[in-house]
Amino acid sequence: MKSKLLTLALGLGLSVAAVSAASAGTLDDVKAKGFIQCGSNPSLIGFGFPDDQNNWTGFDVDFCRALAAAVFNDPTKVKFTPLSAKERFTALQSGEIDVLSRNTTWSMSRDTSLGLKFAGVTYYDGQGFMVKKSLGVNSALNLNGASVCTQTGTTTELNLADYFKANNMTYQVVAFEKNEEVLKAYQDGRCDVYTTDQSGLYAERLKLAAPDDHVILPEIISKEPLGPVVRQGDDAWFNVVKWTYYALVNAEDLGITQKNVDEMKNSTNPEVMRFMGKEGDFGVGIALSNDWAAQIVKHVGNYGEIFERNLGEGTKLKIARGKNALWSKGGLQYAPPIR
Amino acid sequence: MTAVIDEARPQRVSAFNDPKIRSRVAQIIFLLLVLWLGYEIIHNTAVNLARLNKTFDYKFQFLWTTAGFDIIQRPIEYTRDSTYFRAILVGFLNTLIVAALGIFFATVIGFIIGIMRLSSNWVIAKIATGYVELIRNIPLLLQIFFWYAAVLKPLPGPKESVNFFDLAFLSNRGLVTLKFIWGEGSGYIVIAFILGVVGALAVGHWAKRRQERTGEQFHSFWAGLGLIIGLPLLAFLILGGPVTFEYPVFKGFNFVGGFTILPELIALVLALSIYTASFIAEIVRAGIMAVSHGQTEAAHSLGLRSQPTLRLVVIPQALRVIIPPLTSQYLNLTKNSSLAVAIAYPDLVAMGGVVNNQSGRAVEVVLIWMFIYLSLSLVTSAFMNWYNARVRLVER
Repeated sequence: MKSKLLTLALGLGLSVAAVSAASAGTLDDVKAKGFIQCGSNPSLIGFGFPDDQNNWTGFDVDFCRALAAAVFNDPTKVKFTPLSAKERFTALQSGEIDVLSRNTTWSMSRDTSLGLKFAGVTYYDGQGFMVKKSLGVNSALNLNGASVCTQTGTTTELNLADYFKANNMTYQVVAFEKNEEVLKAYQDGRCDVYTTDQSGLYAERLKLAAPDDHVILPEIISKEPLGPVVRQGDDAWFNVVKWTYYALVNAEDLGITQKNVDEMKNSTNPEVMRFMGKEGDFGVGIALSNDWAAQIVKHVGNYGEIFERNLGEGTKLKIARGKNALWSKGGLQYAPPIR
Repeated sequence: MTAVIDEARPQRVSAFNDPKIRSRVAQIIFLLLVLWLGYEIIHNTAVNLARLNKTFDYKFQFLWTTAGFDIIQRPIEYTRDSTYFRAILVGFLNTLIVAALGIFFATVIGFIIGIMRLSSNWVIAKIATGYVELIRNIPLLLQIFFWYAAVLKPLPGPKESVNFFDLAFLSNRGLVTLKFIWGEGSGYIVIAFILGVVGALAVGHWAKRRQERTGEQFHSFWAGLGLIIGLPLLAFLILGGPVTFEYPVFKGFNFVGGFTILPELIALVLALSIYTASFIAEIVRAGIMAVSHGQTEAAHSLGLRSQPTLRLVVIPQALRVIIPPLTSQYLNLTKNSSLAVAIAYPDLVAMGGVVNNQSGRAVEVVLIWMFIYLSLSLVTSAFMNWYNARVRLVER
């Protein structure tokens, strides 16, 4: 917090350089400096989490790698900035990062009054509650009078207030700045309930000493469409981020995977040919190479592969695709065609 | 001889070497630099805001938007339907609470430790030295985390809370105790209390004058205390006890009713006062040592015993040395209370941060922060300057 204030103060006073640098357009800036600065979550298993060697992994992290693959044909040309929920928008607004990929909920006020744009919904989530099994609670409606731990500066904090008010229940909110602090307070018994996006609850539960002693309540109290965010009024960069996401979904739709991407280049299916850049010049419009989409799949895989690798059945999280399945399989993931 | 010197000195110095002109030019350049910096700050902010398609909210209209979040410690009425302004106000009051408690305890502990350091008892002096060296060399944030863990970890859950005769319950949800409900006519009790304070001051003044005149002493302290406690008590009894208590009751998850002191507040006050006390102790020690030993000897030879010597001779003189650095410690403590954000205590910085995050008004919120902390510091130092002027050596 302190350092954030300092950054802001310095930024206000001495950002002459930053203005001239950032005003050239983020895509040009990124190409010039040779890497993407990506704001990510430092402590959410499955979404953003650096290991001891500072190798970042996670769903949101892989999205940034996909961006790097599209721009540079090299998924390693990305640097990560760990951000708390409270710091994230200021970091993006001030130009400290190029893109924010940090389980951030798309809401109207954020879209319209923060000077930011959401590029799409990479993960459809909803807010849930976790309690100790020993409390014997099986519905969120039984939480009257409980102490609730949450992260400050989130939509979670607002949904929580709405939900308890709507159901005429009282509660005490204990709001921390960082994920780890919330979890620690919950573990120490400071609160009865831990609330955040349901995907986050699954991830945080793994960090508890005895994950099986805790239960995630069935109620989902909000819509939490999570996605990457960029600065408003920077259309070229906005397009790159938006279409990187669409390319990931389209690849899964077309059955293009990291494994078969090289043979698919010989496909005669016109849709696949357009995706691979064999037909048309879609790279020109987006100011990338013509095989930009193929590069993404080659280096990080398609949407389904990223999901399975970080969150799916093969991982400790074991999150089902659910609403995040493709539209053709009953889910909500849908992308406009490349044509 | 003089003629030679006069000739050697040129009639006129060149403008470049003229100290007057040089200093003027230097001052003008510096002034321009400051003005340019000021302009650049405002201009840059405006340009950057425009780049983000945002405007600066000159009237701070966003403050009247519904906050939509809840706060755990509310000195004034506040719900999720209140405004951002009220949320920041709650944060501000919470900062005042923690600063006031912190300043009080830091002063008490600091004076005790400072005097202990000067003790002729070797063990007591070394304990005080150890305290100062240990505490002031550990970063405050670490100490806050330490006390938060130290307060939270050993305490049981609310169901198994430590019961103090059904009057107070201590658990990891804080200390829950009785809440006063002020019934009808309780205003008279407050009036009686104020009368008691005024009476005590008057008695003190009268006793001092009488002692100066006749040399006779009067136990004004006990008389004053009697007035301050006795008068409201009398009013309370006459009015038939209009104050009732709300007892905390355990229901469901937590205690319902009563008055709760949050563990976050306890941890924060502990950390701030113990940390700042180590600096105050050194200031007190320096202040006392600055009073020449001759003063003590003179007092002793006049027949004053140790205790009155300390109270009437040494401390009044030491205060002159102590007050100015003490002021900056109070200011430090107030500003350090912003570290509250680390342990979920809803202070000004924490609440401003939430408002900033929910409204996106970063520049405005930072300005509010700066304005409030600056005013708070200026008020504290104005008060301490006034007090300093009172205890200053009156030269004759």
